[in-house]
Amino acid sequence: MTATATPDAPPDAAGPAPAPVQKPPLLKPAVRKRLVPYWLLLPGILWLLIFFAAPLIYQASTSVQTGSLEGGFKVTWHFQTYWDALSEYYPQFLRSVLYAATATVMCLMLGYPLAYLIAFRAGRWRNLVMILVIAPFFTSFLIRTLAWKTILSDSGPVVGALNSLHILDVTSYLGITEGQRVLATPLAVVCGLTYNFLPFMILPLYTSLERIDPRLHEAAGDLYARPVTTFRKVTFPLSMPGVVAGTLLTFIPATGDYINAELLGSADQKMVGNVIQSQFLRVLDYPTAAALSFILMAAILTMVTVYIRKSGTEDLV
Amino acid sequence: MEARHDSESLSPPQIAAIRRSMTSGRMALTRRSLLRAGGAGAMAVGGLGALGGCGIPPAGRTEANNASDDHSDEEKKVDFSNWSEYMDVSEDKKRHPTLDEFQRRTGIAVKYTEDINDNVEFFGKIKPQLAGGQSIGRDLICVTDWLAARMIRLGWMQKLDSANLPHAFANLAEGFRTPDWDPGRSYSYPWTGIPAVIAYNKKATGGRKVTSITQLLEDPKLKGRVGMLTEMRDTVGLTLLDMGKRPEDVTADDYDAALARIQKAVDRGQIRRFTGGEYTGDLGQGDLAACVAWAGDLVQLQLDKPQVEYAVPDAGYMTSTDNLLVPNKARHKKNAERLIDYYYEPKNAARVAAFINYQCPVDGVRDELAKINKDLAENPLIIPDEEMTAKSHAFRSLSSEEETVFEEKFTKLTGA
Repeated sequence: MTATATPDAPPDAAGPAPAPVQKPPLLKPAVRKRLVPYWLLLPGILWLLIFFAAPLIYQASTSVQTGSLEGGFKVTWHFQTYWDALSEYYPQFLRSVLYAATATVMCLMLGYPLAYLIAFRAGRWRNLVMILVIAPFFTSFLIRTLAWKTILSDSGPVVGALNSLHILDVTSYLGITEGQRVLATPLAVVCGLTYNFLPFMILPLYTSLERIDPRLHEAAGDLYARPVTTFRKVTFPLSMPGVVAGTLLTFIPATGDYINAELLGSADQKMVGNVIQSQFLRVLDYPTAAALSFILMAAILTMVTVYIRKSGTEDLV
Repeated sequence: MEARHDSESLSPPQIAAIRRSMTSGRMALTRRSLLRAGGAGAMAVGGLGALGGCGIPPAGRTEANNASDDHSDEEKKVDFSNWSEYMDVSEDKKRHPTLDEFQRRTGIAVKYTEDINDNVEFFGKIKPQLAGGQSIGRDLICVTDWLAARMIRLGWMQKLDSANLPHAFANLAEGFRTPDWDPGRSYSYPWTGIPAVIAYNKKATGGRKVTSITQLLEDPKLKGRVGMLTEMRDTVGLTLLDMGKRPEDVTADDYDAALARIQKAVDRGQIRRFTGGEYTGDLGQGDLAACVAWAGDLVQLQLDKPQVEYAVPDAGYMTSTDNLLVPNKARHKKNAERLIDYYYEPKNAARVAAFINYQCPVDGVRDELAKINKDLAENPLIIPDEEMTAKSHAFRSLSSEEETVFEEKFTKLTGA
């Protein structure tokens, strides 16, 4: 930063007028101005330090400790825990990624048409539909997930219909359901994840789509683009920021989720979140739980980085 | 999309404009900035990770000197944390009549909080304070026996003063007097007994009875509709009994054999889920045809869903307890003890038992309960008869190492 960077400094500062006896300000106005953003950032930074950095350091330390509840845990730089945790629980890791990825794709397939509809076709119903999208948030996550246990109950109408249409025979054959039921199968867990994270997909998609100038569609039409081509060449590329943001907001929390697997799954559908929870609370193996959390974090960071690079979009919002 | 800018070729006013937009305008979050932030974050983590070497105070046993300064006489109150639906309620659901009467009689106001939903979660919540020798802001807590045993072992609970507990001392039922983790009850008094038995939904089983763990684990007609509890001692204990072993003196080999047996059922798809208390919903609507269940839940569930039945296995059943304890540094220990004693007067115990329907550990409660509700007083799940008492078993208390190994194997069985 140089002095030339202050074109908006008060003009009277340049005058050669005899300086009246005046206390010089503690900081030059220019410096003070430059500090303003940092002052404004301060609450956020403090928040990050206390609620993100500090717990992270604590977890990092825990992950290399050994000991027991009674003898206490001491830092012994036992990095072996990471390897042990990974080799013991890699099935749950893979399952988490698979379920979260499937749920994200399903969210995109369900969410894109809906977001498109709200942005371009809903007209005066737009606000109402938006409220309907957000409405589930007014109930707790847990209650919403429990409600699915009633909806998908073995003797309920949904499973009854799927059964009489022989759809469950097909899904059983594919291995995503078991016998004549939906609950306590992979399908139920993925559906639960999809349902719970759908609004996180729709909202950024809507924001992206809504910003697109409708005249671009007209222009595409004027250039003899069929609707499909317009979508492929104009709408979809312009909505990429929303797609990327939506997939991230869905995939990241879905990978670490444990409520859906806990309530809608069986022993064979447990995800890595369930393992972390039970290692931490039940087995009281804090180092393993902390190591698993770090592995999960590293895995997600890597996947997200690769994804953002590949997706080739610059803006995220 | 914004035009790319090259800082070399920009004029000072342009630079100023860009800076203004960065500080006061809408600063776009871009891929590059996110990656950069990610990199910086990773570096920060790496650097700070080294600080982990400083270590973190171990969650070990607290040193002596935990006898709290007792403020019971000057502050007429007591903080009581309990499980939800574990206390009698008035018609309008707003008051707890027995607590109100306690306050009328003693002048001690009870701050009653239903904030215990899960033993392991509650332990996670209060552990940091107790390990650090601090007060948890509660004078009386109610936890299941194995957790009570662990916290007594860690030295986190206070010895009770029997001078304040005349009724409790006299009326505690015989079967509850000498658990191996607190012989003579010097730290704890049971709030309820929790028999774990077999329950089934008659509609879902097509009228068939389910009476043994063998049937639960092997009957092909129940495939995919069997539930077991995530409470390790109940699930494994019942399985051990079914194999002719005594949970009172379980060995590591017995334990492994029982787990192998359950694992086989899991692999075959016989067992649908391992659940906590939420199994009642599944059992009621028939998603679970049969499961391991807690007696108190069943008494209440049967009122709504008459198709739910229970069976006490011939091989025996498990009884655990929820226990009242006074944690270290509690400010109102004497008040807490008086509250415990109050609930050991048969009349008060009966009023609670009539509401929560769990087994009552107080002698002489049958007659009082009969005055409130005859059926409940006759129900062996609440007041066990001789035959029932003879079949009751408890899981041996485990050492810290055993507990870790057993829990780890068991959670692996449940998929996590």
